Amino acid sequence: MDVIIENLPQYWDGFLRTLFLSLVSGIIALIFGTVLAAARVSPVAALRGFSMVYVEIVRNTPLTIAFFFAAVVLPRLGVTFQQFEVAAIIALSAYTAAFIAEAVRSGVNSVPVGQAEAARSIGMKFSQVLSLIILPQALRTVIPPLINILIALVKNSSVAGAFYVLELFGQGKQLANANGDAVMWVLVGVAFFYLLITIPLGYLASVVERKVAIAR
Amino acid sequence: MSSVLYDVPGPKARRVSLIGSIIGVIVIGGLLVLAVMTLAQQGIFDPKRWAVFQLPEVWALIAAGIGATLAAAAVAAVIAFPLGLLLCLLRISDNAWVRVPTRVVLEFLRGMPVVLMMLFVLLVFATSSFVAVVAGLVLYNSAIFAEIIRAGVQSLPKGQREAGLAIGLTSFQSRLTIELPQAIRRMLPSLVAQLVVLLKDTSLGYIVAYGELLRAVQVMADFLGPQYLFPVFFVAAAIYIAIDLAVSRLAIWLERRGSKRAAGGVAHVPVAGIPAAK
Repeated sequence: MDVIIENLPQYWDGFLRTLFLSLVSGIIALIFGTVLAAARVSPVAALRGFSMVYVEIVRNTPLTIAFFFAAVVLPRLGVTFQQFEVAAIIALSAYTAAFIAEAVRSGVNSVPVGQAEAARSIGMKFSQVLSLIILPQALRTVIPPLINILIALVKNSSVAGAFYVLELFGQGKQLANANGDAVMWVLVGVAFFYLLITIPLGYLASVVERKVAIAR
Repeated sequence: MSSVLYDVPGPKARRVSLIGSIIGVIVIGGLLVLAVMTLAQQGIFDPKRWAVFQLPEVWALIAAGIGATLAAAAVAAVIAFPLGLLLCLLRISDNAWVRVPTRVVLEFLRGMPVVLMMLFVLLVFATSSFVAVVAGLVLYNSAIFAEIIRAGVQSLPKGQREAGLAIGLTSFQSRLTIELPQAIRRMLPSLVAQLVVLLKDTSLGYIVAYGELLRAVQVMADFLGPQYLFPVFFVAAAIYIAIDLAVSRLAIWLERRGSKRAAGGVAHVPVAGIPAAK
């Protein structure tokens, strides 16, 4: 127990870095994922094809491979960055965007057909139909799955700890090495800080889900 | 192909879209060419670098990596499924003393990164890295399996359980003989999709030094020299993705087949608290 209290500054530092990684990657992934979903339903065949191929490949790529690519292979190819956080954000947002795109697309499919027909019949263009009518409704119904994807993102950010980023998991690994006699408590502390993020988010998802279920 | 989202494109729209597509293809193609040129400048396409694949040892290492990946995934899946079934039964038990603690355990397991569980087992119980990887995967995925099956049970019409109880089955008998078989069948696509996640997560074994495919790549690059990192990584990543794609296809095929055959079709229940895919 004492190990956790003694090393609280390291935990806190790692916790903040985990939050930072998740937040930045989450925002990038939300934007990129929504764009991918829009491309997937667009009239332009090339956009549809690109979105489909991207989502299909990235969804089936193990996260560790994405990280390995961003942190080890990219620098060899001339893409250098000062901090490994950048690599982590690239890997996490590129990976998460594919899942967000799938979720948003299923949301688009769940909007009743009449909505789009009505919008078109009053003369809206595709971009207007999508941005004014379909996406606002689609995003509302996919909020619970989106939160779940963000929870997965928080947990996935732990992989960054193995690629030179001292976030929660990375700090935990260091502390575990430094305190060989109290490894268990060190890791329990790490778990506690992860649960501090994931359990409230999970609760939020189930509350929103109930609300949305009533609204529809 | 037409969609409800837009009118059937007329000649002008088709022309614009064609021009846009061509520009897009050129841009993406240009980026690819740029990447390939950068790579070529560094001599990545030097045949000598790819000559490593003539060495039987390299293929042996890759094969060993694939074997280790598949072994961990198979063992974990075989243990996690029955355990998930058991956890599901406990989770929907009529007895609150069983139900509530199980729920807490499941929330706990689902809220933690898999790699943390692997590291925990590795360091605290001082096991081999294989056991750590399998244990981490089993702990996490059995919790997910339990939630998926629970969602399946809850998606069944109420009458199923009521009828079971009415003909004199005990609660447990009704669960086992009436509800679970239907629930599992309905949730088969989700279960297989979770298997894909499990298979992907074996790559986390890299972090706890389990000799799976990615670790084999690292070992080869360390052994042969860093200039071989790219070719070996490229081949290994392609193999990994190909395996995962194949299992994903299986899930999609099962879903299509299921919606034709299973009574009442395959359920599309949004599972509370579960990432639809990881």
